[in-house]
Amino acid sequence: MQVVMYISQFLRDMRSQKLRTLLTLFGIIWGTAAVVLLMAIGKGIHAENQRQMHGLGEGIVILWGGRTSQPFEGFGKGRRIPLREEDAHLLKREIREMWGVSPEYSRWSTHMKYKDNAVTQNMVGIYPIFGEMRNIIPEMGGRFINRIDLEQKKRVVFIGDQLKKDLFGEEEAIGKYIIIDNVPFLVVGVLKEKEQDSSYSGRDENKAFVPASTFAAMYGYRYVNDMIFKPTDPRQTELVKEKVYQVLGKKYKFDPADKEALSMWDTTEMAKFLTYFFLAFRIFLVAIGTATLIVGGIGVSNIMHVVVEERTKEVGIKMSLGAKKAHVLLQFIFETFVITFVGGTVGFLFSVGVIKLFPVFGLEEYLGTPQITYTTALIAVGILGLVGLISGYFPARRAANLNPVQALKL
Amino acid sequence: MIDMRKIRKVYSTGRIEVEALRGIDLIIGENEFVAVMGPSGSGKSTLMNLIGCLDTPSSGEYFLEGQKVESLSPNELAEIRNKKVGFVFQNFNLLPYATAFENVEVPLIFGGVASRKRRKRAMEFLDRVGLGDRADHKPAELSGGEMQRVAIARALVNQPRLVLADEPTGNLDTGSGKEIINLFEELGKQGHTVVVITHDHGIAERTHRIIKLRDGMIVDGNGSG
Ligand SMILES: Nc1ncnc2c1ncn2[C@@H]1O[C@H](COP(=O)(O)OP(=O)(O)OP(=O)(O)O)[C@@H](O)[C@H]1O
Ligand SMILES: [Mg+2]
Repeated sequence: MQVVMYISQFLRDMRSQKLRTLLTLFGIIWGTAAVVLLMAIGKGIHAENQRQMHGLGEGIVILWGGRTSQPFEGFGKGRRIPLREEDAHLLKREIREMWGVSPEYSRWSTHMKYKDNAVTQNMVGIYPIFGEMRNIIPEMGGRFINRIDLEQKKRVVFIGDQLKKDLFGEEEAIGKYIIIDNVPFLVVGVLKEKEQDSSYSGRDENKAFVPASTFAAMYGYRYVNDMIFKPTDPRQTELVKEKVYQVLGKKYKFDPADKEALSMWDTTEMAKFLTYFFLAFRIFLVAIGTATLIVGGIGVSNIMHVVVEERTKEVGIKMSLGAKKAHVLLQFIFETFVITFVGGTVGFLFSVGVIKLFPVFGLEEYLGTPQITYTTALIAVGILGLVGLISGYFPARRAANLNPVQALKL
Repeated sequence: MIDMRKIRKVYSTGRIEVEALRGIDLIIGENEFVAVMGPSGSGKSTLMNLIGCLDTPSSGEYFLEGQKVESLSPNELAEIRNKKVGFVFQNFNLLPYATAFENVEVPLIFGGVASRKRRKRAMEFLDRVGLGDRADHKPAELSGGEMQRVAIARALVNQPRLVLADEPTGNLDTGSGKEIINLFEELGKQGHTVVVITHDHGIAERTHRIIKLRDGMIVDGNGSG
């Protein structure tokens, strides 16, 4: 009953104040939409970036053999330092902070065939831990290369999802044999589709993965193409890198200070850069968002303030007709609430609409898919509503505290 | 009905203090139809606002139907304004954005009257002042006399015992003024206590008693009506 009364009063008052209602609404809609969209886009960019980083693997370092740049213990400079599979064991054994190491044999033009489909693709020989480090996740029903495969030099292969399509089309691949350089290999797993933006030797979706032991036996390679390793604690990456120079320097007789003897790609450096970048980006967005809210809030508060001032006479009329203080205040709070609610909802829906339309702009590749956070929306609407309420409440209370004659005379 | 003793009202605007009422003793009985007259600035409106509980005196005692007004809370005063007093202003004081009908509804809303009953009653009172066919008009679409009749319907809709009017015809031409006074006269006959401020002797003659104010004091008319 009471509520219906207030609603009817409120709607009536809204009619009287079309312009200010619209302005207030606009302030809240704009504030909400701007903040929600900003945050959504920011979050989308970050998530997209993380997903792509994830495709390569988090916190890993890729290690290649290099060429010495300084003479050392009787050796001249310019000597090549190729890496061998057993170096992986050496590094794991000698460096306490090392979480995992995998060698990676690589052969670019490997012929692979299934029935009439033949392709030439990159094949790598690795250890099981490679899959974990590189976030290689098998599709349902399959698995990555495991320890037994490695120990028993099994002729099993794990294939990238694109390679699977090229060879098998829609056909089931797991459990089938493909012919790799005239040798049949059992397909044990297919890569679950993943986003991978950075790579050092082509994308995983096109590759075939076999046990390093099988690979070495089949092709008789003496050297690996590269190794990947991952420290237990990403904060110790620098230390571990240093130790890799020491351990391998001792074995291959080069100066651990000779950085060119080995070459490394430390993905944590990029990750670190990106972490700082996104931190800065976030602060930037929060600053803009706050500024937007302040501007919106000032607008809302001004309008609310003006409204109450303007309406003091109205308050006087109502009080002379028997309105209690609570009537005046409640009506006001109710108004603010409705305007905030409607404005917030419209602003939020507007943001959702823009984000739905987002693919039209074709920026997803760079910006990712914007992700709306409901808390952001709630906070934005909440702040604007609160500002409106506070800036309106106190003048309204002042008006309600006057006696009717005073209010009427103002 | 109304019993005022030694009522004083002082307005203080900054440094200057204006003593608008200087010791008013006033008794108005049930069913009286009273006119208040006096020169401009003599304190008529001030007195009327006190009678209608729109304002509070600086000192003195005021009993309205035996109730001591000074001791009432703001909410109790609001109740009195809503139920016991109907106030008609010189400048109508209608809500500009609301229709005639909605204006008449307002006191019923604050009185907590249920919507169906409220609509019926508001319409009934608009009919009584002869404006049933203007229910959907906004104040701006009404003549001065019509606006004042809406204001009267609004003052009466909660059926108050006491009807107060501060120069209700002051902004009206003689014709419309006459109609308004006819309405008040009728109200007096129907058992309301009616107090009207006026400068018009013709109107004052039609009341039971004329109270004359000068410089914040009653100079005539406080004897028996
Ligand atoms: N809010 C106020 N603040 C200060 N002084 C006031 C206030 N209201 C009225 N007064 C003063 O009190 C005195 C009485 O005013 P009041 O309005 O009661 O006169 P009135 O008899 O109604 O005059 P009029 O016939 O012009 O309406 C005047 O001197 C006026 O200036
Ligand atoms: Mg006056």
